[in-house]
Amino acid sequence: MLLIHCPCCGVERPEIEFRYGGEAHIARPMQPADLDDHQWAEFLYMRTNPKGVMAERWRHVHGCGRFFNALRDTVSDRFIAVYKTGEPRPDSATASGEGAR
Amino acid sequence: MPDVLFHTPAETLALSPLVGAGTSLRRAALLVRFVFRGDAAAAAKVGAAFGVALPQSPLASERTGERAALWQGPDEWLLLARPAMDGPQAVDALARSLAGEIAAALGETPHSLVDVSERHVALLLEGPGAADLLNAHVFLDLDPAAFPVGMVTRTLFTKAEIVLWRTSEQNFAIECWSSFAPYVEGHLAEA
Repeated sequence: MLLIHCPCCGVERPEIEFRYGGEAHIARPMQPADLDDHQWAEFLYMRTNPKGVMAERWRHVHGCGRFFNALRDTVSDRFIAVYKTGEPRPDSATASGEGAR
Repeated sequence: MPDVLFHTPAETLALSPLVGAGTSLRRAALLVRFVFRGDAAAAAKVGAAFGVALPQSPLASERTGERAALWQGPDEWLLLARPAMDGPQAVDALARSLAGEIAAALGETPHSLVDVSERHVALLLEGPGAADLLNAHVFLDLDPAAFPVGMVTRTLFTKAEIVLWRTSEQNFAIECWSSFAPYVEGHLAEA
């Protein structure tokens, strides 16, 4: 079973306690009414879907209940780093693999 | 050892004969329960009004006698209090008075305080086989080194969400939704 480190609880927990929350760092437009349909669709639906390291939101839904962000390799399913919401994305090259096991 | 917070007038629930003597499962009597959410400043005021400091470190619990505060999240706590007498009326009365006292202490401080007394039941799993029995359905390391006495966490019991609290080396309190209790009890009985 995949163990995921929760930055709020400070412990590793089994994957089933967590819920995936989609790609991280997608800012909602400040004035949605100013956007045309194409730009709004871009915000709502378009994701990078990379093969490799991706910044994602996860929620420790059956634990502390908080959202946090994680860098995960979509090829190996390895968690490279976890960080709290609001913190900047760590550099994936220098991240230590703290959130992985 | 009798617990001053939890007490059990009800009967002991059946466990598999394979579990061995000395391990028991009981359903605790009614308790007053609140879910409190707010920042550290609000938590300090609630701690003073409630009589138990709200723990700030993750997965920690605090208790004094018949009351306890359990960490649930960075700004979320589960407060437990045992009424002086048994019965729904006593629970209701204490819940009302506590809610009033806490609200008065908080004043205008932003917070959320929800009475969940009847949402949960507490199951007491006690004895030398308790950790092994739980591990049939809980995917956590329950070794005392990894899950020390006083540690409390929300987790999954197979498909049911529970609050697991280690009250002593061999004793666990399982707070689960009352509608999930037969499911949890049934799985423990068959584990």
